[in-house]
Amino acid sequence: MNFFWTTLHHLRKDLKLEWRSRDAVNAMLFFALLVVVIFSFAFDPTAAVSRQIAGGILWVALVFAAVTALNQAWARELHNQVLDAQRMSPSPAAALFLGKVLANFLFVTFIEIVLAPLFIIFYNLHVLGNGWLLLLVLPLGTWALVVNGTFFAALGLRTRNRELLLPLVLFPISLPALLAMVQATTAILTGEADPGLWIQMLAGYDIIFTTVGLLLFEVVLHAE
Amino acid sequence: MKKFLWLWLIATLTVLAWGFHLAIFVAPTEATMGNIQRIFYYHVPSAIMGMVFPYVNLIGSLGYLYLRRNNPLRALAMDALALAAAEVTLVFVSIGLVTGMLWAKPAWGIWWTWDERLTTYLLLWLLYVSYMLVRRFSSTGQTYTLAAVISIFAGIDVPIVYMSIRWWRTQHPSPVFFGGPDAGLDPSMVPAFVWNILGWTMWGVFILVLRYGLERRRQQVQQQIANSALDAGLEGNA
Amino acid sequence: MSIENENLHAAELRAASRLYGSFAALRQVTAEFRAGLCYVITGENGAGKSTLLRLLAGLIRPSVGTVSVLGGEPQEQRALIGYMGHASMLYDELSARENLSYYGKLYQPPGSCTECARLDETLRAVGLDPALTKPVEQYSQGMKQRVSLARVLLGDPHLLLLDEPFANLDAASSAQMIALLQQFKTWPLPQGAKRTIILTTHQPELAKNLADVYVRMQAARILNTEKAG
Repeated sequence: MNFFWTTLHHLRKDLKLEWRSRDAVNAMLFFALLVVVIFSFAFDPTAAVSRQIAGGILWVALVFAAVTALNQAWARELHNQVLDAQRMSPSPAAALFLGKVLANFLFVTFIEIVLAPLFIIFYNLHVLGNGWLLLLVLPLGTWALVVNGTFFAALGLRTRNRELLLPLVLFPISLPALLAMVQATTAILTGEADPGLWIQMLAGYDIIFTTVGLLLFEVVLHAE
Repeated sequence: MKKFLWLWLIATLTVLAWGFHLAIFVAPTEATMGNIQRIFYYHVPSAIMGMVFPYVNLIGSLGYLYLRRNNPLRALAMDALALAAAEVTLVFVSIGLVTGMLWAKPAWGIWWTWDERLTTYLLLWLLYVSYMLVRRFSSTGQTYTLAAVISIFAGIDVPIVYMSIRWWRTQHPSPVFFGGPDAGLDPSMVPAFVWNILGWTMWGVFILVLRYGLERRRQQVQQQIANSALDAGLEGNA
Repeated sequence: MSIENENLHAAELRAASRLYGSFAALRQVTAEFRAGLCYVITGENGAGKSTLLRLLAGLIRPSVGTVSVLGGEPQEQRALIGYMGHASMLYDELSARENLSYYGKLYQPPGSCTECARLDETLRAVGLDPALTKPVEQYSQGMKQRVSLARVLLGDPHLLLLDEPFANLDAASSAQMIALLQQFKTWPLPQGAKRTIILTTHQPELAKNLADVYVRMQAARILNTEKAG
């Protein structure tokens, strides 16, 4: 089986597993909703102000959601020595990684779809800039979080204190992407600036770190 | 080797002492900031060291990853280099951050701002803290590999962080600290500056070599314990 | 890797040791495992049986010495090795068939394909009903063990490494598993290559119909080897 089909194979497995247990999605939804609602209480913003801050709040909610999912991204592989079974497979390890990233990407995107109407309602949002660009920013930003998060969740697999390690490593690594995500989203919502540069940066970031992750995953998986 | 180290240490201490004298007593007091500005002679060298040693760590990590199958002994030495450089980095970056804040508050009234230099610095610090955490908390045998991977990510991330914040700040300028470490540096201040950079560089190298040696010794002791564990039980068994 | 080599030695260790910090899990083991035979490794807990198996599987590397499997590094021969560990190595939320279907595709060398018939056949061979849709977490320990075995057999391995395969099995199930393993040895391979089994157990009597060689381990070393009488 070539790389593409192997990746899809892993993806199908992860989706099936999540469908049976719904662990990740439930946890994520809870956190994300919590953040959205609490910030809405805390700021009770006017329409103009909410456009300024909604970008930041959206990404805070998504980062919390993503880290919740990522902390247990490899939990099913840790259980029952499944990781050994994966390591014994002759198929490329990078496909396992990419499959898991795609799965997590879909889960977080699902949360975004659920959150979007809530955002519009709670923050009385009216997009002043080119709203369609959001359909570019959200996936690019989500991918940035998920690709590095999945990688470092795997890195911490056999480390004690891995729940501490993941956010600690993820924050500095993700900062350029977080900056770009928030700036782009705010620029689109307020219509005050051109998000083009930030979108390009996000795309570049995604390409760089996806490549590095794919190249180094084998090293991490087989480290013993 | 030992003799050379002693000589180096004495030379370093001399340079540092001379640098101290120049910085505190000889260099003129800065016009606007007053004596607080003298922190500059310690802040900048630390900051520069904090940007150089991560690359030593990266070289050590790459060397370890490359050599670990074919030449495990050399790979271990590379890892010792990586570890020593990481610790020295952490110390210098911490000093850089703290002295920077101590300087900024009286001089400009703020402890912190998210400009490209400070942000990169903080992130460098966080990355190396996580590097040290991975080394402490991972199981033996994986430690070197996992830490090396983090080192690679750090190496890629730091320039990206710098560039991204720089772009951001061209759109939203933050309080400008100063154009560059020696922009507008009065010629009378240059000697103090130069001697301190030299002194702290020598100190950084000295500590690196010491720590490297310490780690190599630890590795050798570990090897010996391992060897005796291998031989144990030999007597009285087929 | 010549065919002759593979026919001679399925696996070989030369002065192989494995250290965890200062703890020696395996001490200077030199051993040869000839192709076509079944080796039963016995010893107390902590004797190093699992470590030896994991070294052969390529899941860990020797700290000192060398390991070679089927003429090459274990990490390169993964497609030809089947490893069954203590734990089930299965996804709890999936059924037996789903697990096998997943692993089946993962283990085949690139370019070939698995037919559904083989999945069902393998499940029946270990005594399970392929139509069972219960997730594996609801199986009894014995059933899980059988699915684990099915998982490794599916990959059509040249070398089968089994860590305590008879644990948690009742007498009838063990007998069934032994019969299956005896059959496994006879499954044909191209170019005259032979299939090898290396298993560890606390109950060597169970394997007496299967074993060709007994290997006794103690304190991380091989004490002696003995041909089955």
